[in-house]
Amino acid sequence: MKPLLEVKDLDVGFETPDGRVHAVNHLNFSIKPGETMALVGESGSGKTQTAMAIMGLLAENGHYSGQAIFKGKDLLQMNTTELNQHRGNEIAMIFQDPMTSLNPYLRIEKQMIEVVMYHQGLNKTEAKAQAIEMLRAVRVPDPERNIRLYPHEFSGGMRQRVMVAMGLLCEPDLLIADEPTAALDVTVQSQITHLMSALRQESNTAIMLITHDLGVVAGLCDRVLVMYAGEAVECGSVEQIYYDPRHPYTQGLLKSVPRLDRPEDDSLEAIPGNPPNLLNLPKGCKFRDRCPQAFESCKEKPPMQLTEDRHAYRCFLGESE
Amino acid sequence: MNDRVLRVQDLAVYFKMREGGLLRPKTHTLRAVNGVSFDLNAGETLGIVGESGCGKSTLARALLALIKPDRGRVLWLGEDLNKLDEEALRKKRQDLQIVFQDPLAALNPRMTVRDIIAEPLWTFFPKIARVQVDERVRGVMKMVGLLPNQINRYPHEFSGGQCQRIGIARALVLNPKLVICDEPVSALDVSIQAQIVNLLKDLQKKLNLSLVFIAHDLSVVKHISDRVMVMYLGRTMELSSRDNLYKRPLHPYTNALIKAVPVPDPKLARAEIDIGLTGDMPSPLDPPAGCVFHSRCPYLIKRCQLEVPPLRRMENGDWVACHRAEELDLTIKASGKSG
Repeated sequence: MKPLLEVKDLDVGFETPDGRVHAVNHLNFSIKPGETMALVGESGSGKTQTAMAIMGLLAENGHYSGQAIFKGKDLLQMNTTELNQHRGNEIAMIFQDPMTSLNPYLRIEKQMIEVVMYHQGLNKTEAKAQAIEMLRAVRVPDPERNIRLYPHEFSGGMRQRVMVAMGLLCEPDLLIADEPTAALDVTVQSQITHLMSALRQESNTAIMLITHDLGVVAGLCDRVLVMYAGEAVECGSVEQIYYDPRHPYTQGLLKSVPRLDRPEDDSLEAIPGNPPNLLNLPKGCKFRDRCPQAFESCKEKPPMQLTEDRHAYRCFLGESE
Repeated sequence: MNDRVLRVQDLAVYFKMREGGLLRPKTHTLRAVNGVSFDLNAGETLGIVGESGCGKSTLARALLALIKPDRGRVLWLGEDLNKLDEEALRKKRQDLQIVFQDPLAALNPRMTVRDIIAEPLWTFFPKIARVQVDERVRGVMKMVGLLPNQINRYPHEFSGGQCQRIGIARALVLNPKLVICDEPVSALDVSIQAQIVNLLKDLQKKLNLSLVFIAHDLSVVKHISDRVMVMYLGRTMELSSRDNLYKRPLHPYTNALIKAVPVPDPKLARAEIDIGLTGDMPSPLDPPAGCVFHSRCPYLIKRCQLEVPPLRRMENGDWVACHRAEELDLTIKASGKSG
């Protein structure tokens, strides 16, 4: 199957008074239609900036190079007018904090129908009907009445449902969700995760889920890309990543997730140290300073290794002879 | 027990909220904390868990006498903090410290690490010699895993996890007996969360601290608490020893909180769908009558809508506020060691 989105050799950097920050370095990945892929990494690993570059939303001081081929066209070469044909229509994005990404002055109705009217040329009544349908799909109770409310009148979980509904309104081919549950309580997080999992089965939308929490990914995603300091360090199916993690960073991430499904298990292993400074990235393997298994060769940059069943990881360990 | 340091009795904090027109405003009472009681021993860690709006941060502030309770008492080493005059309370605060949620927001960006950590020292011992201060600051920095040569740096030069270490160092510089940690790791990445939790656990053992560790989910609390208290809409739902709570929660809400924590295992995560919780949390301004949890409880019976269940002691010594605690079996089935 042809990939829906193919990111090739993506570089994202920012000019700052202290020098150039290297947020994303030579990133390659692809997402197939209908597939759910997770971009996992710590703050500063470049996962959000990858999404921002794809959506053309980088800050003013941002630079990028590389390609992001979406349905045969390179998003990174488009001007704003061309991008707007795709953004909100074929590619939609859900942001982390539903309070700051909804306009507090406008009713939900106005914010929702705007996008349908713009992209699909529907009139107000049709657009509203479609918006109400979508609210119903994300299990907002009494959508006919609630669509008249302002964002502050919703609870955090309901607001995030509205965000998901807005993202899905034009039935996009790709939905980018940037930490959609990080600002929510656990019980609400679990509701939203299950909602997204259900929606994924009902529609053919591909999802790119950005998160730092491997717990959320397990139930939702088909494939996982683990990022560290702006680089891909491991990529594979969800089973490969969870049951056979190859990169020491992925292994560390998995161990640091507290587990409540094993009442007896009392260990909580942290990854020592801190992520590297993006102004001044170390040469060689960027995880070297924090890696429990680092050795002499790690001063060189490790190559991306690919197993027969398409499990890729950037590490000298387990190198095929 | 003799080594009890903190005793909280029937603590309640209400906020008056005004709403409506200038001429005829309506007043509502928000019962942020409503009748909470617990004891804390020296060297013990109590985890307090609840979702937004359950009153856990208000409780933290009431424990430090930063807000006056509308009912009940906070006894620190037998003395009621709210009966002390200002100067006496100020002296007591040496023993009582707090670590805040957002590490960057809690540190003054214009102060160096030295000044931030030393500020409590200057406040309590204005005549202390500078050399002594530096020595003490470097000592605490080492204790929390910061490099003493970073003493002249500013908060923005540190990562989130390191900033939280600075916050902990500031809390420890006066050798307190009780540290209240208000969601100390919820703003941090998962891998860094584990570092900070393990650090607090080590420090607690080393210094025989009493800790109150507040969190919005049950996952981080598990590894550090001796006992865990679960709150919902200002009330205590359950107060159990750690091992009992995670193996066999007594309250349906505790059960839902445990099941809501995502499992990092694809096969298990896909199987588990029902966390046993319906609807949204009601407004704290208008909590349900009877049991405050009844509107979301899957085990609801008629009695729950009429009668407030009192917090009562079970045979094993744990406390629960549920009419049906004896008949419900909410045992958490351990998943195998897959993967």
